[in-house]
Amino acid sequence: MAELRLMKGNEALAEAAIRTGVDGYFGYPITPQSEVIEYLMAEKPFERTGMIVLQAESEVASINMLYGGGGTGKKVMTSSSSPGISLMQEGLSYMAGAEIPCVVANIVRGGPGLGDIQPAQSDYFQAVKGGGHGDYHLPVLAPASVQEMSDFVPVAFDLAFKYRTPVLIISDGLIGQMMEKVELFEQMPRLTDEEINERYPWATNGKPAGEERRILTSLYLDPHKLEKNNFKLQEKYRNIEADEVNYELIDCDDAEYIIVAYGSSSRISQKTIKLARAEGIKVGLLRPITLWPFPKNPIDDLVKKGVKGFLSVEMSAGQMVEDVRLTVRERTKVEHFGRYGGVIHSPEEVLEALKTKIVGG
Amino acid sequence: MTEEIIIAGFGGQGVLSMGKILAYSGIMQDQEVSWFPAYGPEMRGGTANVTVIISDERISSPTLTAYDTAIILNQQSMDKFENSVKPGGVLIYDPNGISKHPTRQDIKIYKIEGAKVATEMGNTKIFNMVVLGGYLSVKPIVKLENVIRGLKKSLHERYHKLIPLNEDAITMGMKNVVEVN
Amino acid sequence: MSEITIQDIIKPENLVYEKTKLMTDNALSYCPGCGHGTAHRLIMEVIEELGQENDTIGVAPVGCSVLAYEFMNVDMQEAAHGRAPAVATAIKRLWPGKVVYTYQGDGDLAAIGTAETIHACNRGENIVIIFINNGIYGMTGGQMAPTTLPGMKTSTSPYGRDVQSMGNPLKITELVSALPGTYYVTRQSVHTPAAVRKAKRAIKKAFQNQLDCKPGLSFVEIVSNCNSGWKMEPVQSNIWMEENMFPFYELGDIKVDGSLLAK
Repeated sequence: MAELRLMKGNEALAEAAIRTGVDGYFGYPITPQSEVIEYLMAEKPFERTGMIVLQAESEVASINMLYGGGGTGKKVMTSSSSPGISLMQEGLSYMAGAEIPCVVANIVRGGPGLGDIQPAQSDYFQAVKGGGHGDYHLPVLAPASVQEMSDFVPVAFDLAFKYRTPVLIISDGLIGQMMEKVELFEQMPRLTDEEINERYPWATNGKPAGEERRILTSLYLDPHKLEKNNFKLQEKYRNIEADEVNYELIDCDDAEYIIVAYGSSSRISQKTIKLARAEGIKVGLLRPITLWPFPKNPIDDLVKKGVKGFLSVEMSAGQMVEDVRLTVRERTKVEHFGRYGGVIHSPEEVLEALKTKIVGG
Repeated sequence: MTEEIIIAGFGGQGVLSMGKILAYSGIMQDQEVSWFPAYGPEMRGGTANVTVIISDERISSPTLTAYDTAIILNQQSMDKFENSVKPGGVLIYDPNGISKHPTRQDIKIYKIEGAKVATEMGNTKIFNMVVLGGYLSVKPIVKLENVIRGLKKSLHERYHKLIPLNEDAITMGMKNVVEVN
Repeated sequence: MSEITIQDIIKPENLVYEKTKLMTDNALSYCPGCGHGTAHRLIMEVIEELGQENDTIGVAPVGCSVLAYEFMNVDMQEAAHGRAPAVATAIKRLWPGKVVYTYQGDGDLAAIGTAETIHACNRGENIVIIFINNGIYGMTGGQMAPTTLPGMKTSTSPYGRDVQSMGNPLKITELVSALPGTYYVTRQSVHTPAAVRKAKRAIKKAFQNQLDCKPGLSFVEIVSNCNSGWKMEPVQSNIWMEENMFPFYELGDIKVDGSLLAK
């Protein structure tokens, strides 16, 4: 039987990193995710698997360490929270441009600015629209439980290497700090240097004898060459959109109304659905698991089935609702409900919003 | 079965670890559990609280505004959570240091002299286990044997020698809980 | 009488100098007279002589040498501005058996990347940092650098660097030499054949330290000219460098085998 543990989301993420066979974690402490590096340092993963853990001098250094390490074909990872993730945007843009894989976890806290350290979902735009400069996207996975904080780590690395791209895991202080039952997956082996060379011929880890050396760069001074690189990236993003959408539908079969919510909000909204159904309101939940690519088709299907309204429930001032509206295209009602700044909405508040904005509105 | 609990008191009273042991006990009997602490500035001023949910089903919201049971260990928490107990629910408190006792008529209220019993047992650190015993006497949602198994899982091996003492504390708590209304 | 053609001259026995095969055939993008090309060549010669061409990863900066990877014929990564020491840190930690170096200019290393420079040095990463200091931002067109001399005119200090309002030039090489994590710190130049030979010895020592897993980072500053940015003829710029840069940025070893040298 798989190992069962009671763990914080942050700890599950860290343990999953070791078990995924990650080669290096480079991070900088920030609340509410410092447990990730604390757990890793305490676990001595170098003794368990040979994994390196290094506390960098800043988030800027962390992300550039990922650039270096990911560029050599190693599995590298960092985690941070909103202000730190903002600092990493330049590095992520470079990695998108140079097509360097890595996994970054953002345990989101309230903003803007220094904000607070309470759970929030206000980094949605930054996560799904690229975040840094230039035309790019990052696949974004949104765990909604401690179990998924563990399970999504290997999934994220698969995507990162399949598409040679940084992948974001976006969670928040609620899922990072809470403990739940986790079924830990078996230890996966780290790739050997020979396996890395075989699988990733693009990796810059010393040019093979008799072969051309490799260069990783995002610089193309000739605009036509840069456009060509952009064409290549855009083709990759279309492939990801076609093949990697992931979502969950809960109680949608007979639903007249749909709550769209991810991560913590989706958990809270599940309680709302119970409360609503007890009152005879037929509401279901669409939970995007990938925030980018966004699950457009399932929303479209629900519109075609005659759903009377969508409520986008977010711990933000209304960010994901824009993607819901882009998909629904005025065919039916789309409204937003959210609390901001680290305030967690209650299931009852969400029910009230559903009644006033969608059902009775 | 779903039991939604808030445990609230001062930091250092073992609020978070009591919740953790309870959650582990739930895992030991194959239930779903969640444990969500107040963290950061919410904890300033020395208060600590944790929401624990134990259920036979997948747990939806890990944060709540209404609870089946509130375990209250200081006045600030009483002020904050007395009204959050669902009608028909349970409030258990340690009267030590409480100046305004709970007054609700639509819930069941119990006292547990946790601090006193722990002091009498010669170890104030087992205070939280006495309170846990009181709670389990009122709501036996997890079996004592599973609590012991949970303790073993959540405590580092070097503390396993303390498990019999914890068990005694739970038993003492079970004996010392008193219904108020 | 048969005519001598060029083919008659290109013979192994007539060879007096051979370009290292670790320099590509791409035409250098540097201005004529600039020291970058020589510095590139020295590093590549050293890596070839040490037999490390298949085990070396270089990290290029942002600045004039942003395209260093076009000329250095080893596996290379192009880093974001100032971040090369962080990039190199991870590569070396994950591939401890490989040779890792960064090549950075003064703006990259001593302004925007100061934190990464200091911390990689302080952690004693077993890498080589080659630091080209020409006291100016060459690539962006001659703006003031952290190493611009007092009174020196640049496009952002058009009346000369006023240290009262613009700060003092930063001797970052002396600064990193004070850190316990540096093992070898030296300042060289490449403006004369003799200087080139000395600089090459220093670069070789730095890479040898890495190969020998000496405890700490090896840091080689090369004081160079920027005749375009300084608005001088190449020869004139070298004379100006000797007269103005060297008195401020004194050449020679600063720290050897982990010990600071007495002045």
